Amino acid sequence: MYQAIVFLPLIGFLVAGLFGRSIGAKASEYVTTGLLIVSAVLSWIAFFSVALGHGEPFTVPILRWIQVGGVDVAWSLRIDTLTAVMLIVVNTVSALVHVYSIGYMHHDPHRPRFFAYLSLFTFAMLMLVTSDNLIQMFFGWEGVGLASYLLIGFWYKKPSASAAAMKAFIVNRVGDFGFALGIFGVFVLFGSVNFDTIFANAATFIPAEGAEAAVGSVVALNFLGYALSNQAALTVVCLLLFMGAMGKSAQVPLHTWLPDAMEGPTPVSALIHAATMVTAGVFMLARLSPIFEHSHTALTFVTFIGATTAIFAATVGLVQNDIKRVIAYSTCSQLGYMFVALGTGFYSAAIFHLFTHAFFKALLFLGSGSVIHAVSDEQDMRKMGGLRKLIPTTYWMMVIGTIALTGVGIPTTILGTAGFFSKDAIIEGAFAAHNPMAGYAFVLLVLAAVFTSFYSWRLIFMTFHGTPRASADVMHHVHESPPVMLVPLYILAAGALFAGVIFHDFFIGHIEEYNEFWKGALFTLPENEILDHFHHVPLWVKLSPLVAMVIGFALAYQFYIRSPETPQRLAAQHQGLYKFLLNKWYFDELYDFLFVRPAMRLGHFLWKQGDGRVIDGLGPDGIAARVADVTRGVVRLQTGYLYHYAFVMLIGVAALVTWMMLGNTF
Amino acid sequence: MTDWPILSTVTFLPLVGALLIFLIREDGPAARRNIRNVALLTTVFTFVLSLLIWVAFDNRQAGFQMIEKTPWLDSGISYHMGVDGISMLFVILTTFLMPLCILASWVSVEKRVKEYMIAFLILETLMIGVFCALDIVLFYTFFEASLIPMFIIIGVWGGKRRVYASFKFFLYTLLGSVLMLLAMMAMFWQAGTTDIPTLMEYDFPGNMQVWLWLAFFASFAVKMPMWPVHTWLPDAHVEAPTAGSVILAGILLKMGGYGFLRFSLPMFPEASEMFAPLVFTLSVVAIIYTSLVALMQEDMKKLIAYSSVAHMGFVTMGIFAMNAEGVQGAIFQMLSHGLISGALFLCVGVVYDRLHTREIAAYGGLVHNMPRYAVVFLIFTMGNVGLPGTSGFVGEFLTMMGAFRANTWVAFFAATGVILSAAYALWLYRRIIFGALTKESLKSMLDLSTREKVVIYPLVVLTIFFGVYPAPVFDATTASVDALIAHVSQATGAADTAALAK
Repeated sequence: MYQAIVFLPLIGFLVAGLFGRSIGAKASEYVTTGLLIVSAVLSWIAFFSVALGHGEPFTVPILRWIQVGGVDVAWSLRIDTLTAVMLIVVNTVSALVHVYSIGYMHHDPHRPRFFAYLSLFTFAMLMLVTSDNLIQMFFGWEGVGLASYLLIGFWYKKPSASAAAMKAFIVNRVGDFGFALGIFGVFVLFGSVNFDTIFANAATFIPAEGAEAAVGSVVALNFLGYALSNQAALTVVCLLLFMGAMGKSAQVPLHTWLPDAMEGPTPVSALIHAATMVTAGVFMLARLSPIFEHSHTALTFVTFIGATTAIFAATVGLVQNDIKRVIAYSTCSQLGYMFVALGTGFYSAAIFHLFTHAFFKALLFLGSGSVIHAVSDEQDMRKMGGLRKLIPTTYWMMVIGTIALTGVGIPTTILGTAGFFSKDAIIEGAFAAHNPMAGYAFVLLVLAAVFTSFYSWRLIFMTFHGTPRASADVMHHVHESPPVMLVPLYILAAGALFAGVIFHDFFIGHIEEYNEFWKGALFTLPENEILDHFHHVPLWVKLSPLVAMVIGFALAYQFYIRSPETPQRLAAQHQGLYKFLLNKWYFDELYDFLFVRPAMRLGHFLWKQGDGRVIDGLGPDGIAARVADVTRGVVRLQTGYLYHYAFVMLIGVAALVTWMMLGNTF
Repeated sequence: MTDWPILSTVTFLPLVGALLIFLIREDGPAARRNIRNVALLTTVFTFVLSLLIWVAFDNRQAGFQMIEKTPWLDSGISYHMGVDGISMLFVILTTFLMPLCILASWVSVEKRVKEYMIAFLILETLMIGVFCALDIVLFYTFFEASLIPMFIIIGVWGGKRRVYASFKFFLYTLLGSVLMLLAMMAMFWQAGTTDIPTLMEYDFPGNMQVWLWLAFFASFAVKMPMWPVHTWLPDAHVEAPTAGSVILAGILLKMGGYGFLRFSLPMFPEASEMFAPLVFTLSVVAIIYTSLVALMQEDMKKLIAYSSVAHMGFVTMGIFAMNAEGVQGAIFQMLSHGLISGALFLCVGVVYDRLHTREIAAYGGLVHNMPRYAVVFLIFTMGNVGLPGTSGFVGEFLTMMGAFRANTWVAFFAATGVILSAAYALWLYRRIIFGALTKESLKSMLDLSTREKVVIYPLVVLTIFFGVYPAPVFDATTASVDALIAHVSQATGAADTAALAK
């Protein structure tokens, strides 16, 4: 069954990819979508039997892969609660996106290719979440990167799409640079890249407090000239691995690719750039919790990056006008929340938020796709407005997504949307944690919650309320989407509303339920008592996210319903700040200046000066030129006059005789 | 079966084909067809026959197998052939690429078809000979002689600057070889034999090892090529005909890496250890330097040539990491690079045959009328950037892992090559394949023909197959590499204790 879950999408990819043109678009759609629905249903069965049942975690071997020296890696599927959660997230969203795309991509001539890519992506993502070792994880990691590259650049005619695709791949590679080095580091420290061995050794890897002095001088790893002890080496390795996570999950400063990735078709944004691929980094840290848990320094850094990204992306989201970019920055910001949870040792809350976020963020993206579909492919919210009456179903779905994202609910009761349970848990966890960065994170996350609420409602108000700003022609054509696009929205909306209520006791409930559900898939040290503390935070902490949300809503209402001229006035008053936010804190310009241009200049310099002038100039061409000079000189000597030759011959004879006479004396 | 000299048969079979072609006298279309058919049949048959070597090969045995030995010239020199886990797969790679090259030249070579095919078949014999020879005189003969057909192929069937390129190629490689010849003479005087297995066991004095190592290094570093003696390669590639580039990138470059594994490491272990930092430095410089240069190229072939230099940097780095991961990774990287870069040059050849320019700016939007080409080009591009699941990943990753164990700085800098390779490869792909199809000259270009599919599809299959299931390669190489590593570490360990004892 587990093989089927993972490999059915691969079969779908191969069928649609190799035979798409011969079997036609319809058949490709049905084959890939059908296989994914089967895969999704099987995933839920797996979830019930593994996570909610009593089965032990296990591994399904597939094929041997790399066995060299100390590396012994096989293709295999590791099934435990963490994997089961990821399986349902990936396959459910992917199946719904497949269905939705049948409607959304209806006019596109390249549908077989599109569905092939979607299935390829799903396969790679499944390989990632089921991997039993770091190298297979790396395979899935780069595989989803490839699929993302192909899908962002799906409309390859647009230069901006090709550029965004390339940027996504290369920025991710920067992260992978760290990930790869991290894998090497793990290999050197633990002698293996298989999770079982690593986790077994990690427990005893850090010497106990007292023993530290005795073995303190032992060098575990020599990294870039530094001789590192066990503790320091572990921290370095964790930070390197986290660099990979930062790239994939679009954390500052490796976030720049995500907003540009919105060049891809909207279903792609929903699947890859909201629900699944970008959460791979979160998954990775949770999976590796047995080693991250031992490095407080690394976790503190994770908290810092997460909180910074959460606030950064939220501020940029405030002023964007492209409907998809607003949601993209929101995703970036929510990923920051997840990393804060990871950093504070609250792994379960991170995965819980990953789980609920997948539903409501996919809902928001697909809903915005439905809007874009309705207004003739317009994405600028300044040219929308007043759509509520014309596309009511889409409107209500978007509202559900928004209340789930902003976390509407009544504290201390179990009434609330998905975000109310998962996001608020992270904020409360940040308050309860003992991490040095936890206070910083708590304040920023509450502030980010204000912004989240503001930009989310701003999106709703600008798109659906007020007077229409689109041309009469466009307004005339506005239509509700077909059922094939709406049904996935209904299912996601159900998840966005109820996933929190139903599952919060399993994911982040009290310790017995927690252990019952996770079965050791997430590792926490005995002194990590965040789960307990989180359940006992003061009431004002529990209320703070709610207050933040209400403030954000009130501001948005004031700005975009009561007095729509306020935003322009504010923007004009604070021109500098507005520009700064609108241009995304100038990260792209900075990177272009710091990395892209110098690399090109350097490349050109090395080519023309290094290869051309120095190496060739001093080497072959230079020697050839000198030889040519010498021969030219020799030619000049050959005057053709007999007495010249006779004279040279005489000198030669004299030299020879002299040499022989002198030579004899030695 | 055991008595049958299979290595010699495989080695010299192409010569028989060359002789047959030589005997074809007329020069009409029919004769040309015959010439091409004979060349193709010979190479295919050689390939099939060479597979028997792999079948008969005993993976568990670390030493040389299928040995043939007869005295030669009555001078202590012998005709000694044999393969071990390190060399065997290079023989297969050679015989595998050869038919593809013949097919790739099927229509693009129109003048002097007869001489062209003869040159290729002779070249095949010489290249197989290099990997099978177990006597330094024999090795040197094959190694040097292989220069000549290649020199001729570039110089006669090459592009505009072919004469410059062929001389540059010839002089560069000859210069290195002269030093190697001197070193070989010195080895003979010292050890009294030219037999490679005996020399591998011979313990050269430390002082002498240094000089011998340097002399061999001069030859192999040029062949690889390593920075800074790489500048012949871009010129040679650009001017060579497509099949010439495939052989150059696929096989000839591998002779350098093979030489390091066959001579430098086992015969001069102490010097190898001593010079490892030098090799690491040159490798890392090569990876970063040539990747940056590749980024700025305007000529497709030059770009791929520079990326070859970068990939060979991974190979030298892995070899001198001197651990199992590094060396096995290096061998795998060489084999995989033979497939992938060969395939990339074939891909360039496909569009060159249609438009007769290699300038990147002349292309754009090919995906619209050449979708199949876009797919295969994408697969090889991904192989080139080392995407997991392609064979390019396995070698690159293992060499870096080996280097990380030896020296983290090296792995750190080499890993930046991972970012840069993505940058230049994807940028190339974007400029050629993506975008709107606006240029008039491109609109009439057709997708892959059946012949081109036959040439390229096997490479696609192997690139992915060995990325997913590299085990057959590692099974063959493990025993020999382990023995080599053990030998080197024992020798260097002994030298260290000797130094301590002093």
